[in-house]
Amino acid sequence: MSNNLTDLTVAEIRDGFRGGDFSAREVAEAFNANVAGAKALNAFIVETPEKALEAADAADKAKAAGEALGALAGVPIGMKDLFCTEGVQTTAASHMLEGFTPTYESTVSGKLWAAGAGMLGKLNLDQFAMGSSNETSYYGNVISPWRRGGGDNAALAPGGSSGGSSSAIAARLCPAATGTDTGGSIRQPAAFTGISGIKPTYGRCSRWGIVAFASSLDQAGPMARTVRDNAILLETMSGFDPRDSTSLDLAVPQWEANLTSDLKGKKVGIPKEYRPDGLNAEIAALWDRGIEWLKDAGAEVVEVSLPHTKYALPTYYIIAPAEASSNLARYDGVRYGQRDLPDGAGLQDMYAATRALGFGPEVKRRIMIGTYVLSAGFYDAYYTQAQKVRALIARDFEQAFEKCDLLLTPTAPSASFALGEKQADPLAMYLNDVFTVPASLAGLPAMAVPGGLDSQGLPLGLQIIGKALDEQTVLNAGLAIEERAGFNARPDKWW
Amino acid sequence: MTESTYRIQGATGEWEVVIGLEVHAQVTSQAKLFSGAATAFGAEPNTQVSLVDAAMPGMLPVPNRECIRQAVRTGMAIDAQINKWSRFDRKNYFYADLPQGYQISQLYHPIVGEGQIEITLDEKNPDSSTKTIGIERIHVEQDAGKLMHDQHPTRSYVDLNRSGVALMEIVSKPDMRSPAEAGAYLSKLRTILRYVGSCDGNMDQGSMRADVNVSVRRPGEEFGTRTETKNVNSVRFVMAVVEHEASRQVDVLEAGGKVVQETRLYDPDRNETRSMRSKEDAHDYRYFPDPDLLPLELDDAFLEECRQSLPELPDAKRQRYEQALGLSAYNAATLTADADTARWFEALLAEGARIQKKSEGEVAKASANWLLSELYGALNRLGKSLEDSPVGPEEGAELLALVADGTISGTIAKQVFEIMLETGDRAPKIVEEKGLKQTSDTGAIEAAVAKVLADNGDKVEQYKAGKDALFGFFVGQTMKAMQGKANPQVVNELIKKALA
Repeated sequence: MSNNLTDLTVAEIRDGFRGGDFSAREVAEAFNANVAGAKALNAFIVETPEKALEAADAADKAKAAGEALGALAGVPIGMKDLFCTEGVQTTAASHMLEGFTPTYESTVSGKLWAAGAGMLGKLNLDQFAMGSSNETSYYGNVISPWRRGGGDNAALAPGGSSGGSSSAIAARLCPAATGTDTGGSIRQPAAFTGISGIKPTYGRCSRWGIVAFASSLDQAGPMARTVRDNAILLETMSGFDPRDSTSLDLAVPQWEANLTSDLKGKKVGIPKEYRPDGLNAEIAALWDRGIEWLKDAGAEVVEVSLPHTKYALPTYYIIAPAEASSNLARYDGVRYGQRDLPDGAGLQDMYAATRALGFGPEVKRRIMIGTYVLSAGFYDAYYTQAQKVRALIARDFEQAFEKCDLLLTPTAPSASFALGEKQADPLAMYLNDVFTVPASLAGLPAMAVPGGLDSQGLPLGLQIIGKALDEQTVLNAGLAIEERAGFNARPDKWW
Repeated sequence: MTESTYRIQGATGEWEVVIGLEVHAQVTSQAKLFSGAATAFGAEPNTQVSLVDAAMPGMLPVPNRECIRQAVRTGMAIDAQINKWSRFDRKNYFYADLPQGYQISQLYHPIVGEGQIEITLDEKNPDSSTKTIGIERIHVEQDAGKLMHDQHPTRSYVDLNRSGVALMEIVSKPDMRSPAEAGAYLSKLRTILRYVGSCDGNMDQGSMRADVNVSVRRPGEEFGTRTETKNVNSVRFVMAVVEHEASRQVDVLEAGGKVVQETRLYDPDRNETRSMRSKEDAHDYRYFPDPDLLPLELDDAFLEECRQSLPELPDAKRQRYEQALGLSAYNAATLTADADTARWFEALLAEGARIQKKSEGEVAKASANWLLSELYGALNRLGKSLEDSPVGPEEGAELLALVADGTISGTIAKQVFEIMLETGDRAPKIVEEKGLKQTSDTGAIEAAVAKVLADNGDKVEQYKAGKDALFGFFVGQTMKAMQGKANPQVVNELIKKALA
């Protein structure tokens, strides 16, 4: 075990605190200090050291009194600023919600606090979770703690939209954080920063109190440095919520207790469509290593086909903006958030001025795309068609899972890129999601785990996609890779 | 079913009017369609608003089972197809009274499909013609909030109490052909909703309002272009809108113009409709399935419970009143036209049968007559409704029982009823205290008869000469002498005897 508290995993903090190796307050103070010293990463929109200490003191007191301890007692975490937190500003990284302080707590964050976790702060993200590089945040982009080797000091993207979460975990500002994933927003930033993250089956985590992007795709999930930590957090975050109609009314499995890297009897499908011409050679090589690791863990490998994969990205970029265009209509300047009321303005003028002021360019782009695809005369050609293709993509997975238990793919088509590099070309940016979007459209559990570094010294991730509700197999395969990859690289501290 | 002969006489000939109604009925429920907030009418502004109703970030709708149940029961009451699979759609538009920026409604897959309602042109006159009006669909949707423009010189205020309240939109087919049919349809629909208990039908509180679609055409030709007049809130106004709008359209057409498909507003003060917006500036609502909600799937047990919970409906009740209770068609129609009246009548009937130890059929006629003439007369006079009647069914039944067993005469009963209304005392007590029991004491009656005949010798002569009608005069005089307390049958017999 490292002597540095901020190098500990969630499991190590939990167990060390329980075993009396250190107090919860010591842990909170150590992470608070790291957060305070990492302004250069811009990972947090709001820092809440007092919240972290408050939870830590409560944990220490409970322990001293011999009371039962919550599953996350003594563990401080970061909260993506898409989760509404009672009494703490929640912005979705937008100007629109700047200064908005909810009077309510999201279901998922509430479960984490109830389990004893403490909040280090609200983590930066792409505005309204729309983006793959964190460059759409109104509060400035998060910077990855990673740098390319060879003295290239270009600021790199931490991925997105959960880029504050990925950057903060990789930089040891928090041992774990929440993320949300609509088309890859947990998995791609995890891959970019050399950490793990899992998007569970759609409906596992309640969406209540999470600022909505695309309702039929949004799923919360944990991000952390180890597979075990993800299992621990996911157990707390999951569960039926009667306030979310799409929440699954199922018991939460004991994922941590059932973790095993023994994959004997499991079949791993390798979808051939994920190996397009021109796939980055280093990523292709890592993928091959991943296949070997899973074989080594006892799994059998089979080739499978997901024939509609090439339609996933366009389908996603119809459905997600369509839902977003409607979900974001509530930001109208009438009840909360920004309001721009020019002199003599009427209601329509106020809407236009408020939304022009409150939304960034990428959010506006997606609202316009969404409005367009839902408009009379285009609805059938776009939205209806996209829903049909979405069903075909889900069927592809069902058919593939008749032959295998899980799929192994790359997480993203490249390693992290320099900030500004893809900003001018939205389409190039959208291509980041090409491997992550299909599982989102099908609502399947999918996880990113780090596999190694590329020739520039940047992390690359592998993605495991599982059957609906079979997070256990996904986590187990993640553990098998984690054990074999032996990924222990960490960014040198420059901030 | 009869064809309507209602025609508008234009300068160039006859025109037929075609009417369809979209009725918005607020579902009777403690809570809103997708939130737990309350729904009471007239509460202080913004006191019945949940986080969901105010569309705070991250809030999600959850369907209220009771609202769904009421829509299904309503569908069953109009003999409609119930769709076991339906879905909610978002209707997107911006307005300050619409916090989400969309209304959750059901465009593509409504919960209730085609049904029908039988109307009688004059609900109280069973001999008037009947007609079946088709129902296209019923769907459930959220109501919007309310803007208040009269609270501040330059600002408008928003009250979200109604935001998210459940509405049923009941869409008729364009089957009506006259203002009377439109009025009869709306009345009948209101009656059914009140029977079912799915809507209180309070049109003056906005619980029920109609969008009136009107077009005109030459009899037998294709449908003309229609206009839609929004939010009409009484039966009378609906009829006025049809009448006004049809003649306006005829004027336009006969002047060589075209009817514009548009939304119009009715101004009851000036009895006219005026244009609100035309089809050109109609919104593009960008309907799409609400991704926050799963499709609504109804199982057989739920449907069965809905069916079992339905009360006897107005048409069935009316038939039963006529056939099983032997009431006149008019009385049966009047008593069943409103759920509250029928409920009151049935309580009166049950109590009467119990006190008199007779069947309901045996006490039905007297009960119906008393309710519709005596009680209604009194309530009209007092400006009260059945609901706040000072005399309840139990007290009424006691009074009727005293008449039925001969304790008092019908005439005395009227006096007793007046005293009941004034004092709140019950009939047996009044009859006892005031000594109003009718007498069958033949001695006293014989003496009175003898005196009446003696005092009116001339009339006795005339009667004996064949003027039979004078018999009633002798009865009346005798009753008067007896202060109304004589048993009329005994009086009749004794006079007959004395004149024989």
